[in-house]
Amino acid sequence: MNTLKNLQLDATGNLRHFLTIEGLKRQTLVDILDLAESFANIKAQAVKKVPLLRGKTVVNLFFENSTRTRTTFELAAKRLSADVLNINITTSAASKGESLLDMLHNLEAMHCDMFVVRHADSGAAHFIAQNVAPHISVINAGDGQHAHPTQAMLDTFTIRRHKGDFGDLRVAIVGDILHSRVARSQIHALNTLGVGEVRVIGPKTLLPMDHRSLGVHVFHDMESGLAGVDVVIMLRLQRERMEGGLLPSEHEFFQRYGLTGDKLKLAKPDAIVMHPGPINRGVEISSEVADGPQSVILEQVSNGIAVRMAVMAMALGRQPGAETGRET
Amino acid sequence: MTGPIHIRGGRLVDPSQNLDREADLFIRDGRIAGIGTAPSGFEAQRTIDAAGRVVCPGLIDLQSRLREPGQEHKGTIASETAAAAAGGITTLCCPPDTDPVIDNPAVAEQILYRAGKAGNSRVLPLGALTSRLAGEHLAEMLALQESGCVAVTNASQPVHNTLVMRRALEYAATLGLTVFISSEDPWLAGNGCLHEGQMSTRLGLPGIPECAEVIGISRDLILVERTGVRAHFSRLSTARAVEMVADARARGLPVTCDVTAHQLFLTEMDVGVFDSLCHVRPPLRTFRDRDGLRAALADGVITAVCSDHQPHDPDAKLAPFADTEPGISALETLLPLLLRLADEKVLPRNKALARLTTGPAEVLGNGLGTLALDATADVCIFDPDAWWQVSEETLVSYGKNTPLLGWELKGRVTHTLLEGRVVFERNDSCY
Repeated sequence: MNTLKNLQLDATGNLRHFLTIEGLKRQTLVDILDLAESFANIKAQAVKKVPLLRGKTVVNLFFENSTRTRTTFELAAKRLSADVLNINITTSAASKGESLLDMLHNLEAMHCDMFVVRHADSGAAHFIAQNVAPHISVINAGDGQHAHPTQAMLDTFTIRRHKGDFGDLRVAIVGDILHSRVARSQIHALNTLGVGEVRVIGPKTLLPMDHRSLGVHVFHDMESGLAGVDVVIMLRLQRERMEGGLLPSEHEFFQRYGLTGDKLKLAKPDAIVMHPGPINRGVEISSEVADGPQSVILEQVSNGIAVRMAVMAMALGRQPGAETGRET
Repeated sequence: MTGPIHIRGGRLVDPSQNLDREADLFIRDGRIAGIGTAPSGFEAQRTIDAAGRVVCPGLIDLQSRLREPGQEHKGTIASETAAAAAGGITTLCCPPDTDPVIDNPAVAEQILYRAGKAGNSRVLPLGALTSRLAGEHLAEMLALQESGCVAVTNASQPVHNTLVMRRALEYAATLGLTVFISSEDPWLAGNGCLHEGQMSTRLGLPGIPECAEVIGISRDLILVERTGVRAHFSRLSTARAVEMVADARARGLPVTCDVTAHQLFLTEMDVGVFDSLCHVRPPLRTFRDRDGLRAALADGVITAVCSDHQPHDPDAKLAPFADTEPGISALETLLPLLLRLADEKVLPRNKALARLTTGPAEVLGNGLGTLALDATADVCIFDPDAWWQVSEETLVSYGKNTPLLGWELKGRVTHTLLEGRVVFERNDSCY
């Protein structure tokens, strides 16, 4: 039904929505990184705003709480001179009974230009993009366990700033791959950008059954998995994984997969350590590493603003007349 | 009762008599009165020109939801039996997961009454195996049997407690009732909404592993063997499960099985980018499973194909994938899909039709699904060469929820007769 058409691109191949990395061309990702690079320098200036989205209204539509992601999207929109509306639906009366579509149509009627959506259901951002009015762009700020494409872009942005070319890199993603939208998007982004080798490291209970279709090398122990890598990406371990019987304890997970100074020595000496946050110290990463010289975790947060500015500017900066119609 | 009908010049395909030749068919008093030559004193009140068409027994669908009682906004007995007639289906079994559940005679009798009033097709209710389908207490199977239920089943609800399952099968065996079983290990299936595999991995959706069905069916096969009940496994979706049924049959167990038509064509890949029309239980599986099901259909391990028709209102499919309701509207695509299998040389056409006539009739043991002399005159006439497009306009069912929307299919029913009465006739010239 909607499978034949790339929902994310308009008729001229420009970014219309940003829902998933999967299916985007390498050049599109490079364009985002390059534009983000130009925005990254703004933060050093006294006046931090550019007028690219003046007069546009961006709605942060968060069906799931996330202070950091919402804040960086808000800052990104404001630095592009857009008006920003934050709607936290978990606390809104709308979660009781009003359907998702009715709520969207109400917001459309208020003449908004962009929805930044976070939702607990995989596919929610696609669903919204399929059903909004044609003038609205949808940015996926995390949908269930499916995708978190701006996170993946800020991660690759951070990697490029430190490592330059992607081609020779080995990148290891460690932890709960199965439930991670961040990992899925990272894997697509790294592969699309031509990273030499993408590895995932974790216990079998936290890896998808069919991980090979994602194009990754699988390791079950840190010793072999971290050997010679340039980038180590640690994922957050959710507490409910223990309750769901996927792991016996946080302690045992940390023992085998927690990133400590000793384990980090297995990677290349100049390897960088990344984490999408929020960090569980002593569960997936030790404080020694999180705060250590190889950690770029805080840099990721500030890069997030520049990357989100780039994505918003590209999605709303389309040429007039390049619209595609509403799905039928 | 309508008068005698002469169906002229059609190709009679009746697997029950191994018949596949051009011959006239004569119908009188609701029964088959003659094949090839008219019985003495036959005066047709109506003649149907069937030249270039196939005349076969009315199709039997072992599983279709009519949504009544309880969900009349999705479909009614009248609307869905009309869709069945438009698809050449003259007999259909409706599972007990209505609201209220068919676990007492009143609900069964209400359904039979409504179906009789609509008069489009024969509806055979399937009674509940356990009360409210809760898997705790046995349903009053004797009362259900006496009120017209042709078999019992827990529908899509697995009976978690193995002891309850054993007792239920023992009790059904006592009454000589056939049990329809949809096997699935509920713990492994969890909150899954599509096959656990490549697509669940890519889309980040919880999957239902193949082993949920395989482990479910191995438990149930062992219980069937212990209890001696006559069991029919519904809607198999995995090649492994079919192998296990084949093995049980080879050992002489009284088991049969069916598959849904969509499982013979679609796979997990059709889910694509969260296409909620492909949200169905059991989930669409892999190419390997699809091919295994096709092979088992051809070699006769699978003796019936059902529609597993589940009409929905549009809103039921309008949400993020996991929040949509599973099910496909499938009555009217059942026959064309089976004909497609013949075109694809999976099995010959008469065998494909057997899976919709003699196969399900044997499961029900009711003597339907045949054009033999003096049999009930349930007849389906279709144009085997007519192409038509599946669309919201061409579907009669309330439910337009099929991933086949936009597909062009070959084979269009032109007339359906129930007990010698024309219950459907296609009027549009270009069908």
